[in-house]
Amino acid sequence: MKSRIDSHKFKNVSRRELFKLAPVIALGAFAVPKLQPSLLKAGLGFSDWASGKLFRHGHLAPTFDDSQLTAFDRFPINGYDVEDPEVDLDKWNLTVAGSVARPGDYTLDRFQALPKFTQNTRHVCVEGWDVIGKFGGARLSDFLKTVGADLTASFVTVECADDYYESLDMATALHPQTMLCYEMYGQPLTREHGAPLRLTIPTKVGYKQAKYLTALKVTSVLSRVGYWEDLGYSEFYGL
Amino acid sequence: MATRVLAVEDSKTGEVVEAVYEHPLIVRLCHWVNAVSLFVMVGSGLQIFRAFPSFGAKIPQKDLIHWPKAFAIGGWLGGALQWHLTFMWIYLASGALYVGYQIFSGHYKQVLFAPRDIPGVWPMVRHYFFFGTKPPEREAYNPLQKHAYTSAIALGVLSVVTGIAIWKPVQFSWLAWLMGGFHYARLWHFLIMWAMLAFVFGHLVMVVLHGWNNFVSMLTGWKKAPGYTSE
Repeated sequence: MKSRIDSHKFKNVSRRELFKLAPVIALGAFAVPKLQPSLLKAGLGFSDWASGKLFRHGHLAPTFDDSQLTAFDRFPINGYDVEDPEVDLDKWNLTVAGSVARPGDYTLDRFQALPKFTQNTRHVCVEGWDVIGKFGGARLSDFLKTVGADLTASFVTVECADDYYESLDMATALHPQTMLCYEMYGQPLTREHGAPLRLTIPTKVGYKQAKYLTALKVTSVLSRVGYWEDLGYSEFYGL
Repeated sequence: MATRVLAVEDSKTGEVVEAVYEHPLIVRLCHWVNAVSLFVMVGSGLQIFRAFPSFGAKIPQKDLIHWPKAFAIGGWLGGALQWHLTFMWIYLASGALYVGYQIFSGHYKQVLFAPRDIPGVWPMVRHYFFFGTKPPEREAYNPLQKHAYTSAIALGVLSVVTGIAIWKPVQFSWLAWLMGGFHYARLWHFLIMWAMLAFVFGHLVMVVLHGWNNFVSMLTGWKKAPGYTSE
């Protein structure tokens, strides 16, 4: 059964249907210069929130055989500033502060005294490349227990010899593969790769894995997130 | 699925033409939101690609192509990621709403390429590419059109799945594994984008060729004087 309608009325029907598409125009807000930064910040924030929800403590990042490793001389060195901030390795220690029972300066042998583990994991750069490396060190979670950290705090922050800084959500900090790394390919960490101590976190993108650590803090308040994050990168960037 | 049909009588001449409600509101909304979000996803994706325009090793790096910045969105890697990680939710939401609606309304029968459409493919190809006579229209979409739209929807699903594999290669490590590893997931994601762009190109050409009346139907839902009869 076809109902009959005159062409004027049909025009009105059509126009009404056209106006129903108005919600699409809301997307135009992204083109408004004044609104754009806050909309994109909200979008990225939502994405990070979802990433946090998807993170599972018990889910391990894939590990690889030695035969799948990227050759050591083909493992990229990505310093944001200098490749070697000239850390005095003999006098080096990590300054621990914040919500911890035992703050203070921790020398390298304190990390080497913790249970050591090695893992061959994929290092994924935000740029899109990836390599598989062999890393050795201590679990960050073991160290946090050693210093009597408040594990209900929200973040672990680190500072670096080259003024780089980073922060980690506590769930990732406690992940069993999150490493305070002092060895690569069975050798002590080289200066370019972050000697004497760096983070390797196979559940995070590369820029969260800070090198040449000098300070570590347990806190629930972030005055700043990380070098790249504060320039506009994702704060969580979990893989 | 009962398609709404009207007999439109010209108030001056009294001439009567049929009008068919081809595109329900949700389909139209999803189409245009998807058009915008696909544009942003491709533009920002190409800017992300500019950060490492290769699918090989980082050292030594062999660039595939230097994509011009003018044809990319976001200005720099961080900016492009903001666009990409924001609009992927809009892209996903419009896609999921579209597919969900098509399934539950039964409207998918208008779009989905089914085995019974196979015999009609060759006559359409002959018509489009080899000047063959135009086969009679029987429904809203011809077999080749259905094939194109069904493929585009499949590409949309694949673009999301490969995207998740790149975005979360640890949490969804099985997805990346399915694609031959993180490295290959990135390549698939890239290739699927080009396949999608090929569809969009063909789609736009056909829209231009088929004229205003056809274009308006995706805005108002109504197609006046379709080439087929609704009964």
